[in-house]
Amino acid sequence: MFKRENAVQGARWIAICFAVLFAAACAQTKPDGLATNVKPGTGQDFVVNVGDRVFFEEDQSVVNAQGQTTLANQAKWLSRYSQYTITVEGHADERGTRQYNIALGARRAQAARDYLVSQGVNASRIKTISYGKERPVAVCNDSSCWSQNRRAVTVLNNATN
Amino acid sequence: MRGILKKLSVLADRKSVGLAVLMALATVIAPRSASALVEIDITQGNIEPLPIALPSFSADGGDSKLAADMTSVIAGDLKRSGLFNPLDPASFIQKNMSVNSTPRFGDWRQISAQALVTGTVIKQADGRLRAEFRLWDVFAQEQMLGQQFYTTPENWRRLAHIISDAIYERLTGEKGYFDTRIVFVDETGAKDKRVKRLALMDQDGANVRYLTRGEDLVLTPRFSPTSQEITYMSYGGADPSVYLLNIETGQREIVGNFPGMTFAPRFSPDGQSVVMSLQQGGNANIFKMDLRSRQTTRLTNSAAIDTSPSFSPDAGQIVFESDRGGTQQLYVMNAGGGEAKRISFGPGRYSTPVWSPRGDLIAFTKQHQGRFMIGVMRPDGKGERILTEGYHNEGPAWSPNGRVLVFFRDTPGANGGPQVWTVDLTGYNEQRVETPAFASDPSWSPLID
Repeated sequence: MFKRENAVQGARWIAICFAVLFAAACAQTKPDGLATNVKPGTGQDFVVNVGDRVFFEEDQSVVNAQGQTTLANQAKWLSRYSQYTITVEGHADERGTRQYNIALGARRAQAARDYLVSQGVNASRIKTISYGKERPVAVCNDSSCWSQNRRAVTVLNNATN
Repeated sequence: MRGILKKLSVLADRKSVGLAVLMALATVIAPRSASALVEIDITQGNIEPLPIALPSFSADGGDSKLAADMTSVIAGDLKRSGLFNPLDPASFIQKNMSVNSTPRFGDWRQISAQALVTGTVIKQADGRLRAEFRLWDVFAQEQMLGQQFYTTPENWRRLAHIISDAIYERLTGEKGYFDTRIVFVDETGAKDKRVKRLALMDQDGANVRYLTRGEDLVLTPRFSPTSQEITYMSYGGADPSVYLLNIETGQREIVGNFPGMTFAPRFSPDGQSVVMSLQQGGNANIFKMDLRSRQTTRLTNSAAIDTSPSFSPDAGQIVFESDRGGTQQLYVMNAGGGEAKRISFGPGRYSTPVWSPRGDLIAFTKQHQGRFMIGVMRPDGKGERILTEGYHNEGPAWSPNGRVLVFFRDTPGANGGPQVWTVDLTGYNEQRVETPAFASDPSWSPLID
């Protein structure tokens, strides 16, 4: 479980490096550590140092302990950088039917939103949306991929990286 | 099958087929026999397909390719239904059939044909096509049906489907479903970056055209049972919402002004309202909107996911799925809402229910032990039958005569994707409908008028 999360983190870190390559300022970081020269308060800072997503068990929308830690860190970061509004995107894996998964993704987004609100984020800053099973990030035919797709992702609406 | 005699009067009253759209006119060519021997008993499970001979329609010196193409569309329709076995033309003894002469029945008996179709299609001086066909009972040595049509040349495929429907109806006693279309979601691009477009095709996969361009994610299109309209879900607006689209005019509008995401739409049997889910926080509830008055009515109010509503054909009841009992199961309630009765009790999860246009069955998706199945049960929940089972089968929809189910079948992994399939109500005769790319969420049109 922990190993998989690191792999995701690593993949995301690589993607971010690609995104900023043109600026010739790829952050010096290790997958399991904090980025050293990510500019604080940026979208990159949020994704790399806070973590933008939480994961769910099959057909569940309960935020687990690890997810609660991530969301609490998101709430802290959002209180420091109050210029941001956010959209919480809820997703489901492909092993369900389409309509139900749309509602299940919405339920997950709502659960993440509610936890952020409980941690002090003003509800008016949060919008939610569900993509059901329509936007997978991992496409293998394996539970290791499906578990990465059962997620709620916090997206900064007005971020500059 | 009983009731061939009754069918005769139905056919005599048959209205001009597609008069408005197609400008086709069906005329009865000759009186039909009341003593036909050929019939298909379609109440059985595994049906022995009826051997039928379809020699190429004659062109009388005109466009023989068109005549051959029309004949092969008819043969294709009948073959795909699983109820007919079009015989190999190489085996035919009598050649160069004319629609105007009586066949040499002995020649057709010898190759075991039970039914024979002769026809002609001619382009007239006024530019229109005139097509004529006769259906013969080889053993009774009598004509069972004869009709004549006029249409514009670009409608030749529809004309072939209309003839297929006439043959199907005469021999089975049920309405056909060949002159119909299927709306679906065309899927292209990598699995994590899918582009989805609404698309329309004839039921046999021909004449694909696209209704949206792919900028917006679109899902679950459903045909109106009464008009050339579809309702579907799109991510194009501020919230993902249910839309209406007129496929003739291209006119598009959002359905209702709901405070949040709406999804899983379906028309009422009269086409005058749409039922759908509205997401409210972590719960989804079912609402109905009257398309004329714009009035919305809440039909469920539960702390659960209530979705995929589908009306009974008499509009009196609605079947839907809900996880109010812990997992997805099927429930039936009165069309006005109120108390719902759970009808699915087998092992596994049940979803995407859709009521047969005949009223006697509800089709659904079922998940159990990692398998996805398409099944049917009676509206009281009894008599469950699984029609197909595999890695992923989802989202059945009925042919307008309630005989065939269309659904999509997905394959696993990064290169996997959905394809459209049909299966007979009996569970036999699975057929893939060829599409240009991956395709999902099929929904069948009514017979085109």
